[in-house]
Amino acid sequence: MDFSNKYVLGFALVLCIVCSALVSSTAVALKERQDANKELDQRRQVIRVAGLAQPGEALPKETVDTLFENIQGRVIDRETGDYIDVPVASVNPVKESKDPSMSSSTPSEFKAAQVSRLSNRLQVFEVKTPGKECLVLPIHGKGLWSTMYGYLALKNDLSEVVGITFYAHGETPGLGGEIDNPSWKDQFPGKGVYGTDGVGLGVVKASAPRDKAYEVDGLSGATITTKGVDATIKLWLGPAGYGPYLEQFKTQG
Amino acid sequence: MDKATRGILLDPLHEKNPITLQVLGICSALAVTTKLETAFVMSAALTFVLVCSNTTISLLRNKIPGSIRIITQLAIIASLVIVADQVLKAFLFDTSKALSVFVGLIITNCIVMGRAEAFAMANPPMASALDGFANSMGYSVVLIYVALFRELLGSGKVLGSPVFASVSDGGWYVPNGLMVLSPGAFFLIGILIWIQRSMTPTLQEAD
Repeated sequence: MDFSNKYVLGFALVLCIVCSALVSSTAVALKERQDANKELDQRRQVIRVAGLAQPGEALPKETVDTLFENIQGRVIDRETGDYIDVPVASVNPVKESKDPSMSSSTPSEFKAAQVSRLSNRLQVFEVKTPGKECLVLPIHGKGLWSTMYGYLALKNDLSEVVGITFYAHGETPGLGGEIDNPSWKDQFPGKGVYGTDGVGLGVVKASAPRDKAYEVDGLSGATITTKGVDATIKLWLGPAGYGPYLEQFKTQG
Repeated sequence: MDKATRGILLDPLHEKNPITLQVLGICSALAVTTKLETAFVMSAALTFVLVCSNTTISLLRNKIPGSIRIITQLAIIASLVIVADQVLKAFLFDTSKALSVFVGLIITNCIVMGRAEAFAMANPPMASALDGFANSMGYSVVLIYVALFRELLGSGKVLGSPVFASVSDGGWYVPNGLMVLSPGAFFLIGILIWIQRSMTPTLQEAD
């Protein structure tokens, strides 16, 4: 069949309009539900890392909502550490870090985490459940292949780690991918956070000499991933990350 | 049911199976089959996309200019895949997280484009819809077979509930780590192809 050029162009145009209308209307119609799912998923991660749920326990929406009555999500100013009075769900630090007007570039001494920019606003979750008080901080940094996204939970007085988790990463399964293995993550709870000179918490190669009160074993066969986790922790707990906020939080209680 | 319709419906399940005979759609068959649940959802998503794309392309087959037919098919398939992906994210969030990019990669699943180009461009809508459905079923059967064995042998479970009590839970079964990794799926598909060809001599090529 022969079609004129005009017909071909017209056909392509109509096709594009119909397809884009279909795609965008689905995206718009389902956005609310998807956002609710994302928020629920984030809340589940926070609950798990804060040690409020048994490992492997299913967390239906009702349980999450009940547990979250004692958890307060806050938005903070990264540089001053002050609270900003906006809803947590309205802030997306990872997205904002890509916008030059809402972020600044990472100081060179923290470049090891390979996070090029840090957003000016950050999320924190203050867990007030009696007996389980802690702070949950979203963290991210680069491993070998991918950016690793996770949460780090610290005791309120910043004396020790409550837990760590990585919920999204693309590290090699069986090697670097072991960062989400519970038996590796179990080394973190109880470790000290700040030593005499800055952030003490870290990950070092298994054979290297280290301070057992602060540092955990690296994963063998995953040197670069391990270094990435170490750099990520150092970045986010340092002065360019949550440092100012943590200092204020500690002095004000 | 006349003979042609029977052929459209049944051939893709066995003698023209897209995975075991045409060896298409292998990448997702390796990636999403560590658990039965993800295999089911993936099959459902592919069925939706394939039936809709075959029907739409068949309806438009006399209107699509030959010079831009591939990109037209691709635009239709891509739109349907995005819709499927969005729906999964809204209603089956956890499974969609487990499937990650593989729902999006249905766009490049050779079965979909293959059926559009080979069948829907030359046949009426009803037959094309049936063809799409039958090919999805051929894909799904293999996916579910692979996932069943991978989940059973790899973690001792079926649909998340324990069948063989694994050693870590105090049982006797030592999970086979190979089955959890992609090569496990290669072995299972290989064994299936072997059995199928041994049983059906007409499928064997001359040496």
